[in-house]
Parts: sequence; structure tokens; C-alpha cells
Amino acid sequence: MPTMTIAKALNEGLRAVLDGDPATLLMGEDIGELGGVYRVTEGLKRDFGALRVVDTPLGESGIIGTAIGLALRGYRPVCEIQFDGFVFPGFNQITTQLAKLRTRSDGMLSAPVVIRIPYGGGIGSIEHHSESPEALFAHTAGLRIITPSNPQDAYWMIQQAVTSQDPVIVFEPKRRYWLKGEVDTSTPVSDPFSAHTLRAGTDATVVAYGPLVPVALAAANAAEADGRSIEVIDLRSISPIDFDTVTASVLRTGRLVVAHEAPTFGGIGGEIAARISERAFLSLEAPVIRVGGFHMPYPVARVEEHYLPDIDRILEALDRAFAY
Amino acid sequence: MNGSRLPTAEFEAEDVARGPDVDEAGSSGTDDADTLHILSEQGELGSTLTARVGGEVVDFSPYVRADDAEHLRSLYSDMYLIRRFDQESTALQRQGQLALWVPLTGQEGAQIGSGRALQPQDYAFPTYREHGVALTRGVEPADLLRLFRGVTNGGWDPREHNFHLYTLVLAAQCLHAVGYAMGLQRDQLADPSLPPAASIAYFGDGASSEGDVHESMVFAASFKAPVVFFCQNNQWAISVPSTVQTRVPLAQRAAGYGFPGIRVDGNDVVAVEAVTRWALEHARSGEGPVLIEAYTYRMSAHTTADDPTKYRLSEDERQWRARDPLLRLDTHLRSTGQADDAFFEDLDARARAMTTGLREAVLSMRVPDLEDRFASVYADPHPLVQEELAFFREYQAGFADDGQVS
Repeated sequence: MPTMTIAKALNEGLRAVLDGDPATLLMGEDIGELGGVYRVTEGLKRDFGALRVVDTPLGESGIIGTAIGLALRGYRPVCEIQFDGFVFPGFNQITTQLAKLRTRSDGMLSAPVVIRIPYGGGIGSIEHHSESPEALFAHTAGLRIITPSNPQDAYWMIQQAVTSQDPVIVFEPKRRYWLKGEVDTSTPVSDPFSAHTLRAGTDATVVAYGPLVPVALAAANAAEADGRSIEVIDLRSISPIDFDTVTASVLRTGRLVVAHEAPTFGGIGGEIAARISERAFLSLEAPVIRVGGFHMPYPVARVEEHYLPDIDRILEALDRAFAY
Repeated sequence: MNGSRLPTAEFEAEDVARGPDVDEAGSSGTDDADTLHILSEQGELGSTLTARVGGEVVDFSPYVRADDAEHLRSLYSDMYLIRRFDQESTALQRQGQLALWVPLTGQEGAQIGSGRALQPQDYAFPTYREHGVALTRGVEPADLLRLFRGVTNGGWDPREHNFHLYTLVLAAQCLHAVGYAMGLQRDQLADPSLPPAASIAYFGDGASSEGDVHESMVFAASFKAPVVFFCQNNQWAISVPSTVQTRVPLAQRAAGYGFPGIRVDGNDVVAVEAVTRWALEHARSGEGPVLIEAYTYRMSAHTTADDPTKYRLSEDERQWRARDPLLRLDTHLRSTGQADDAFFEDLDARARAMTTGLREAVLSMRVPDLEDRFASVYADPHPLVQEELAFFREYQAGFADDGQVS
């Protein structure tokens, strides 16, 4: 099995969809000649041409809006939004048009548009380049939202997003683009809208996704040294959320910590806490504890290490869960 | 309005003395040579079939179908029928049968003229006021009311008519039209035997201020997409005059994007049809986008929830009534002997039949179950939707049980 980075796995996945279906096309700012600011689409314009890999004008609403039109004509556009904080000029097209088209047409029309968004912090960048806006989209019915955390998932989940009949937003953990791993290019991963249990444990469950998955695994290893057996679940899909997998785990462990970079207020962690309290109330030994960003605009780079959840923040949350 | 044949605008304003408090020296001022007029307000066909487009004089005579009496009568019929439909819909709203209605009165020339210029393979993206265009695309008039009856947010199958669903967040549809045109472009390259096709994006002077109109023109120009931007400048974005939206004639904006823009007398159905046929041919032949500004007037209110007497002058309304798009074609058809009383009587009978059927159709529209709405959120099964649907069914069933017990 080849070893590759998440960025390369996405590149290979996109290559596979372009190869496999002439209706697919990539569009975005600087994705052609440059190969994208993160080089995820490197070499694809050269190999598939300017009609399949489209360097668009600088306009996110334009990218999403024209992608909807292309989808209405039978195409399968995969849009790249350059950075998380730049999705907002396209927010109207995503939430009022893309998400609602199927319902508006009473199920007659579909817009299977894929939107790739590099997200999250930890790269020492400037404003609007480090955000985690996934909850804003998860709150919008009609969208599906996935976030791969490793090269194997990246390779397959991007392809599965393209074959979905529904619009899919793929949040790509940008600080993990260079994370390497083995990729089995012959056997697809299971349902992209399901969670994966990455580490079995008996005392508590930690749910994370995207960039925080390696942090959660490291925290679980550290807790092991203290004699605590921690189960780690990679959520993979933010809409829908695989509550069955999370519930089954919590019914066994009795404790749950949810970690994400996005602010905790109104976030995915709160949604999971609420659902698990309904589904596993009598099995819970402690309240579900959220680890996440604070209620502030993403802070400046020089202090982001104190803002971003790290191993210690997750361990501290576990301590609170065990203290009950 | 003279005569009793023509349906009048619904909102007969009281005299309003207060005009808009903005500098009027804006969009209305344009050189007449930049505007295509063919059928005058007196119902006479002009002999000049040219207009300047981006500094060049374009001869529109190959696109004018003024010497075909049957065609002119059918244009009139469409305009008349959609106005009667509009009035009936307004009445249905007044009677509480529709949540809202968006009248088109005054814009029949712009809508029928442009709609009739389309070929079957072209695809139209409307706002929420394009009832006339819908008629030309074969959409059942009653289906246009389903949205306003509150039984759907759509109402028809867009693929059947190449007429998209109404868009309420204005200007969003302009980008869809450009994307669709980019698709047509690719289809044509993949299969040159396909009939050349274009998309057409409808929007108004109000929406012209939206960023999506700007982005759609940028994208269309960059990719030379086969799209016609059809702007109905009806002078009013609810209560705000077009002079607040633009300081230059809207058609002139096209120059900034690098494609042709032309203003046409929007109440002259013959000129609108000609200019739209020209623009569509331009787009279909790979020459890129065109912007048409149809200069017209919203003779009625913005919607049935609006009251134009609060913000515009009765005198303006009177002036525009003299430019009624139906009136001038009516005059032309009669004065040239191309239509007689029998034609108008027959048309009136058709309109009566249509409006009677309309009322029945609205009253018999099936109200969907909320349960139905769960089914169209996603194409593929979605566990949350399934879970909530199961809850909803159980919850509803609980009431049924209560009913049986009591």
C-alpha cells in the first residue's frame, strides 16, 4: 500500500473522480495553474484541461452559484473554497439555494455539488485563515458535512462525496494536510457518513473529528499511563452524525468528552451532549464534557496555542469526567 | 386607460404629491439612439430598426416579426391572458386564497416578448414575477399559484419546461443561469450535433445592486458563457426608485464587463422580442453574454402587501398607463385591420375560461402532509431525518388514539 499525505490522497481521489466520470469538474480560485494554495489539485489541470479544472474569478458566491447551475445541467462540480473564513461570501448560495433546491423542487431536482473547505487553526496564519465554521452548515438541513482525518479516509471520502446525490461539504483539516499514512486504493472505506472507533477503551469515550483526531489519540495514550482506558471515536461525518456508534460506546464506558476546535457554544459538541443525554442518560457516570474554542473570534496566531484544544485540555476534561 | 377591453392595473392610486427624495437625473436619461423602439405608444411601427450597442449600430430588422399578423395576434393574446391571470390571482389573494401575490401588470411586453424569443432548448431562470415568461414556456398558470397558496415552494417540473423554479432571494438565479450556460457550453463541445442553446437570467433594477449580479456578469464574461441577462427595469424596487440603484442606464454596465448591453422599450413587445432573439443568437453562436435592459414600469404594487400610494406619484402612474404594452398593440392590430372585434371577443372568452379554471384549481390544491416534507430534504437516506420522521409519526398517532378513546 502506498504511503501519502492527506493532501496527496485528496489529489489522487480527485484524479480518480475526474478519470471515472466525465461529468465531474473542479472549480475554484488558483486551483489550476497553481494547483491550489495547498497544492491539493496540483497537476490536475495539466492532465484534464481547463474545462475540467477551472481557475475561476475571485468570487465565492460565483463559484458556488455557477456550480449549482452546472449541477442543474447534469455536471458534478467540486468547488474549492480557499480558506474557511472565505466561505462566507458564498454562504447565501450554500444555505438558501444549494441546501434547499431539493426541497423546493419537491424532490425533483438535485444539486450534487461538493464544496471542499480547508479548515481549522494551528498554522500561525492571519485572520480568517484558521476558523472552524462547520456548525453553521450542520444547522442547515439539506447539506451533508464530512471531515476526513487521515489519508485513507481523505482518498475515499472525497470520492464518496462526489458520488453522493446530495450536496456535500468536505472540511479538510488543513494543518494535517502533510500527515502521512498508508492508503489502500483498492478497497473503499465504509460509509463516509459513519463514525470510526479508532481505539478501544472501557473507562471513557473521546469523540473528535478532523484536526483533533491525532490530539485525541495522543491524549488517550497519555491517559493510559494513568491507568485509564479511553475509547477514541473519529466522528468523520458532522451531518449526519453517527449517534449509534457514539451511543454504543458511551453505554459501555459511561463517560464522554467531545473535542473540536470550533467554539463550544452552539457547536457540534453540544449537539452530541444533548443527544447522548437522551439516549444514554442512565449509563452516564458524568455529564458530557465539551472541549473546544472559546466564545471569541479566532484569536491572533501568537496566542492560538492557548486557544486550540490540546492533549492537556482533553486530559483535564477527562479528569473532570472521572471526578464525578 | 382608454376603452373598457383592457384590464386595468389593480391598484388605482390616490393622488400622491410626494415624490422620491432623490436626484432624478440618473437612469432615465439616455440617448434615444441607444434604445430600441419599434412599436410606438400610438401603435405605429417605426421604420428605424436599428439601435446603438456599445457604440456600434446594430440592425435588428432580421429579428423583427412585425409583418406576421398571426404572430402579432398571438403576442397580444399572451399579454392579455397573463394580465387577466394576474388580476384573477390578485383577487384570489384578496379573498384569502393566496398568502401573497406578485403582480406583473405593466411588464407583459418585456416578459412575453423575451419569452417568445426563446427556443425550446434554451433555459430560463426567473425571479418570482415572471408569470408571463412562464406562460410562454408552457407552465400551467395554476401551477404558478401553488407557491403562493403555500402548498409547495416550487410548483412545476423545471426540466419539462426549461423554466426554473421561482427564486426569492433575488440575484442568486443569475449565477445559476451562468453555471447552466457553462454546462451548455461543455455539452456543445462534447456533442456538436446538439442544437446551440443559451440560458436567460431574469432580474430587476432592484436586484441589479446585489453582488450576485456582479459576480454572474464577471463569470459569464470570463468564460464567454452563452447567457442573456434580461433586466426588467420597472423603476421600483418596492418603494425605492431605480435612480437609487444606479446612476447610469443599467444597460451601460455591460461595457464594464466587456460584453454588449442594450436598452429596449420594455413596453414594446415587438422590440423586446427582436432584441432578445438577437441576444440569444449572439450567445448561442459562441459570442458570449449580452445584457438587455427592458425599460418598463411596474403598473401595480410590488406585491399584494405593498401600497405604492405611499411612495410614488400618481402623475407618473398616469404617464406610464399611456405607455401600456397591451394598449399600443391593441391599437396597432385594430388600426391596421389585423384583428377585429371577433378576435378580441374570443380572447375575452378564453380568458374567462382560464380564470374560472384557475379559481377551481386553487381551491382544490392538495395540502401536503408535513410527513411529505421529510422525504425531499435529502436524496439519499439520512438517519436524523428518518429518526425525526419516526418520532413525528408516533406523535401524530398519539392524537389519533386519543380521538378513538374519547
